[in-house]
Amino acid sequence: MEVLERKMQTLPVPTKVIPAEQIDPKRLRTEEMVLNVGPQHPSTHGVLRLEAVLDGELVIDVVPFLGYLHRCFEKHAEAMTYPQVVPYVDRMDYLAPMNGELGYALAVERMMGIEVPEKVEYIRVLFNELQRIASHLVAVGTFGMDAGAFTPFLYCFRDREDVLEIFEKTCGARLLYNYIWVGGLSHDLHPDVLSMCRAFVKKSRATHKEINELLTFNKIFVERVANIGILKPDVAINGGASGPMLRGSGVKWDLRRDDPYSIYDRFEFEVPVGTGMMGTLGDCFDRHWVRMCEWEQSLNIIEQVLEKFPQNDKTDVQKAVPKRIKPAAGEIYSRVETARGELGYYIISKDNINPWRVKVRSPAFVNLSLLPIISRGYLMADLIVILGSVDIVLGEVDR
Amino acid sequence: MTNTEIYDKLKSAFGPVIGEWHEQTGGEYMKRLSSYADVADTSFIRDVCLYLRDEPGLEFDSLLLLSSVDNGDKTLSVAYHLESKTMRHYIALKVTVPLDNAIVPSVTEVWSHANWQEREAWDMMGIKFLNHPDMRRILLDDDWVGHPLRKDYVYPDYYRGMKVPY
Repeated sequence: MEVLERKMQTLPVPTKVIPAEQIDPKRLRTEEMVLNVGPQHPSTHGVLRLEAVLDGELVIDVVPFLGYLHRCFEKHAEAMTYPQVVPYVDRMDYLAPMNGELGYALAVERMMGIEVPEKVEYIRVLFNELQRIASHLVAVGTFGMDAGAFTPFLYCFRDREDVLEIFEKTCGARLLYNYIWVGGLSHDLHPDVLSMCRAFVKKSRATHKEINELLTFNKIFVERVANIGILKPDVAINGGASGPMLRGSGVKWDLRRDDPYSIYDRFEFEVPVGTGMMGTLGDCFDRHWVRMCEWEQSLNIIEQVLEKFPQNDKTDVQKAVPKRIKPAAGEIYSRVETARGELGYYIISKDNINPWRVKVRSPAFVNLSLLPIISRGYLMADLIVILGSVDIVLGEVDR
Repeated sequence: MTNTEIYDKLKSAFGPVIGEWHEQTGGEYMKRLSSYADVADTSFIRDVCLYLRDEPGLEFDSLLLLSSVDNGDKTLSVAYHLESKTMRHYIALKVTVPLDNAIVPSVTEVWSHANWQEREAWDMMGIKFLNHPDMRRILLDDDWVGHPLRKDYVYPDYYRGMKVPY
């Protein structure tokens, strides 16, 4: 005790006590903190690590670290023949493999000048739109969960199950299909599929309405997601954003309309864009709203496909599949609109059965690169919502 | 504008910097999106891109894809696929650099999309981008040896003391 008392006597005594109201907050010493999010974290939608630099609860900067799911797709593709690449394509965007397969098949078909039968085109469009809905259902459901709403997620997964059943009935696989081949399809439609699609459209319209009531126009949800993660249109275009991320910023750009492929030019559909209806243009709500509207537009396309579908056409779906796929020397950049945006394949052929180089422009990779720009200055809790609104699939980011 | 017209315009603006035009045979789609112009002088690529972005009438506002290629003859290439969303036209450029001195000026200032794509090109192909703000590996670990997409890449036997199984 004596030692302590002696010690206390030697300590400098404050000469003046400053009242709290006179303390200038600007002169207080503060420190930035680096918070690590992931790689194993439910709200990073896969294996993604974010290093968030925080000032209190404010996000100053975010640095994404990728590569936890890197499976060397591009290196593998160089060792495979052209048709062997298709299963690898499935494993990139595993929530929308049909879209990815169509992109790859179209690229090789364009290189070789293959015309596929009309029936195959109809089936491709039908399945691509079903896949887009399935993917948006996951996006909308998990986005709701990121914002704290659990119930819509279950409804979304219930409906996605119907799409998976349709695919399972057709090609036997539920997640990774290897269905769209270069020049054709692996299987013809099962006779039940068209009626299943009709039932799905009817059910899905009801779910769409329900999700809108439960989630989109729920005041708690709107307060949570509006006015955060604002992406300006010029920044979006310069940064290469595509899909709902670009359209959420009010840019009317959809490859199905602006650079039509397959038979999309035969169908009537609208390109929904964000308008800032609940806050600012290009915020998280706008991206969510674009996904909800696209869901409805996809249903419209499916209805038109079902109406025009050539049911009596008994063409073999593998009629145009070439025996030997060996494109002439040259290169192509070919692109399609997937659920996440512009998926491009840059394929170089050197007149061989293996591609010389396959480079993928994956929309999720590019959209994720805009995350630091749109999340600076918001709260840490908002960062999770902003990441959810980008809708990344790590299989495609890391390839 | 068709891409050959854009090529002629580039040629008149930059002269010998712009090299040959490689027309892709095949359908209309391949001609439109995949035909490319060589940029003979690599050090001008940033200026060419700035010109393409800012010149009225060209207005290439978006970089679709920046990709790296190993040509197999001791050279590497970088291909730029560009699009103008307002004018609805396309062009592709390509620069070629020697394997042992692969340095290309960065176009990140022109299109911020190039940032990660250039990092990937460095990671996978070992092409250095001058004046890039953040030239780190992106998909592989920082201590990875070599650049896997090069054709002469040798698979490692060990990684951090662990035997690579095949």
